[in-house]
Amino acid sequence: MALLEVKNLQTSFFTDAGEVKAVNDVSFTLDRGKVLGIVGESGSGKSVTAYSIMQILAGTGKIIGGSVKLDGQELVGAGEKVMKTVRGNRISIIFQDPMTSLNPTYTIGRQLMEAIMLHTDRNKKQAYDRAVEMLRLVNINEPEKRMKQYPFEHSGGMRQRVMIAMALACEPDILIADEPTTALDVTIQAQILELMGSLQRELGMAIIMITHDLGVVAQMCDEVIVMYAGSICEQGTADEIFYNPKHEYTKGLMRSIPTADTAGSKLHPITGTPIDLLNMPKGCPFAPRCDNAMKICINHRAERMQINDDHAAACWMNVKEGVEKGEIVLDEEGGDDRE
Amino acid sequence: MRKAVTTVSDKQPLIEVKNLKEYFNISTGMFRSKPLKAVDGVSFSINKGETLGLVGESGCGKTTVGRTLLHLYKPTGGEIWYNGKRIKSKSDIKEFRKKATMVFQDPYSSLNPRMTVSDIIGEPLDVHKLTKTKKEREERILELMGYVGLNSEHAARYAHEFSGGQRQRIGIARSLAVNPDFIVCDEPVSALDVSIQAQVINMFDELQEKLGLTYLFIAHDLLVVRHISDRIAVMYLGKMVELAPAAEIYDHPLHPYSKSLLSAVPVPDPKVARANKRIVLTGDIPSPLNAPSGCPFRTRCQYACEKCAESMPPFEEVSTGHFVACHRLAEIN
Repeated sequence: MALLEVKNLQTSFFTDAGEVKAVNDVSFTLDRGKVLGIVGESGSGKSVTAYSIMQILAGTGKIIGGSVKLDGQELVGAGEKVMKTVRGNRISIIFQDPMTSLNPTYTIGRQLMEAIMLHTDRNKKQAYDRAVEMLRLVNINEPEKRMKQYPFEHSGGMRQRVMIAMALACEPDILIADEPTTALDVTIQAQILELMGSLQRELGMAIIMITHDLGVVAQMCDEVIVMYAGSICEQGTADEIFYNPKHEYTKGLMRSIPTADTAGSKLHPITGTPIDLLNMPKGCPFAPRCDNAMKICINHRAERMQINDDHAAACWMNVKEGVEKGEIVLDEEGGDDRE
Repeated sequence: MRKAVTTVSDKQPLIEVKNLKEYFNISTGMFRSKPLKAVDGVSFSINKGETLGLVGESGCGKTTVGRTLLHLYKPTGGEIWYNGKRIKSKSDIKEFRKKATMVFQDPYSSLNPRMTVSDIIGEPLDVHKLTKTKKEREERILELMGYVGLNSEHAARYAHEFSGGQRQRIGIARSLAVNPDFIVCDEPVSALDVSIQAQVINMFDELQEKLGLTYLFIAHDLLVVRHISDRIAVMYLGKMVELAPAAEIYDHPLHPYSKSLLSAVPVPDPKVARANKRIVLTGDIPSPLNAPSGCPFRTRCQYACEKCAESMPPFEEVSTGHFVACHRLAEIN
C-alpha cells in the first residue's frame, strides 16, 4: 500500500469575485522513501495541494471533493482531532520563507522544544536533549549556544536548517517542503538540498518537494508532477519528464530554460500570460497559450492518458501523434471531433 | 590605483569604472558608527553594445554597484567614466542620466499605482523635457510601448491591471524613454515565472540589437546570466573576484568562489545533476560590517593560507580578458 494516496482532490477558494478552483482533480501516490516533485508556475495550485493534504487552508479555502489517505486512513473529513495527530507527527511541512516562519520573540530552543513536547511525551529535559540532537543533525555548530539565541541572530540558511530540524524532530513519514530554497542564495541552496538529500536517505522518509525550479527537481526528485492552472498535466519519473515530455506545457517549460547551448541565440518562450483562475476556458487550460492547440483542445479537456508504466499526460497531442503513427485507431465519433 | 579592465583593444569602452567605493555609515550605538563597505574598490569597463553580467550572492554589493554607477548613491571613492568623459559635477550627472537608465527588480513596487501606463512611461520625457508638444509626447509613448510589445489600448490603464511580466515591460519602456545608450538591469527577471522570464530575456536581446544598447545585467540566476552576457563578473563581499568572457568563466572558472558558485547551480537535467560534483561551501557569507581581513573569501575557502589573511590579492589578468583575484591561483589550478 502506498504511504500517501491522493485521489481526485478538489480544493476551491470562495472569494467575493467567485469560486476559484485552485486544485482540480489531482491524484497521485507517494511511496515510502521517495522524493516527489511538484512543479508549476505561481497560481498553478502546487502549494494549495500541499496545504490541502495538511488541511491548513486559509479561511476561504475548502476541500470540496476527493480523498487523501495516509497509510489507508482517510484524512478528508476526519476532523481536527485526527489532523492534530497527523500534523507534525506523521506529515511535517517547511515553508518558503525562513525569515517569517519562526517566532521572532522566542528563542530557537524554546520553539524547538515546544514542537517536540507538543507531539511526544518527552519531558522538558528530554525535549532539550532532542532539540540539541536535531540541531546537530542539520549541521548547526555549537547547538547549545544556538538554542539560547533568537531567530534574528541567524542567517536565512541557518533559519531554514532550524525549520528542517523542527519538522524532523518527531520523525515524520512525509516531509512537505514548499519552495524550501527559493529565498536562499545558490551556495546556501546547495547546502540545504544536500542536507535534505542525506537526511532523507538516513531517515528513510518521503519528501514532497514543491518548487518552480526545474534544476532543483532534476537534482532531488524520483518522480515529478507538472501542474498548470490547478490540474496535473503530466506526471512520471524524473527521467521520463525531462527526457520524454509528453505535454505541450512541459515541453514549453523545458524549451524556455536558458542552458549552455542557448547562449547567443533566442530562447523559446511560452507565449501569452498565465491563466485567470476565475475565467477558466472550457477545454484544456493551456490551450490559449499552446502553439500546437487544435480544435479539440479548445472545446474538450484531455483526460489523463497513460504513456507507459512510469508516465501519464493529459494532452491531445499524444492522441494525434498516435493516430499519425497508426498506433491509435479512432472510431467515427472521435474522428469527427478532431475536424 | 588599479588599471581599468579592457578586453579587446579595438572596442570602445562606453562605461569605465575605476576603483569604485561605496561605504554606508551604520550606527553601532549612540554617537558611534561604522562604515559598511558595500562596494570596496571595484574596477571594470563595459564596451559599446556589450552585456556585462554581474553575479554574486545577496549582500555582495552587486546592486550597489549598479546604483552607484548611476549616481543614485554618491560614490565614496573612485571614478566613473562615460564615453571618455568623467562623470563628476551635478550637470554631468544630469546629462549622464539621459544616457543611462535602470530597470528594477520588483515590477510590483517600482511602478506608481496612481499613474496610468502612459504617465509612467512619459514621466522621464517630462523630467528631461524631451518632447515639445503633447502630440509628440503621445507618439513617443506609443512608440515605446510598441518596442516592448504593449498595445495602444494599454496606455490609459493602471499598473495593477497587468501581470508581472507585462509590468516589467512597462518598466523597460520607461527606461527606454530618454533614448539611453546604457541600461543597468537589476535582477529584471527574478520576480517572474519561468515561462514569462524567457519572453522578457528575448526582449532584452531584441532591444539591444535594434537600439544598440549596452547592459549591465545584475542577477543571481546564473543560467540566465550566462545566456544573456558577453562577459561575466563575480563579486564577493564588495570585491570583484573574477571577470572573464561568459563561456570562459563557465568552462574554466579559476577563483575558488566562482568554482563553488557555478557548481552549486542546479542543472535542469537529472542525469547531469546526479553525476555533478558539487563543491558545497561551509558556513555563511560573513557580515560586510565585519569583513575578514585580506581576501574576503578566505573564511569559507578550503585553500586559504596565511597570506590570504594578510592582504587582498591583486585583480590580475591571467589570460586575455580573464581577471582573477586569488593568491593561490597557481596551486589550486
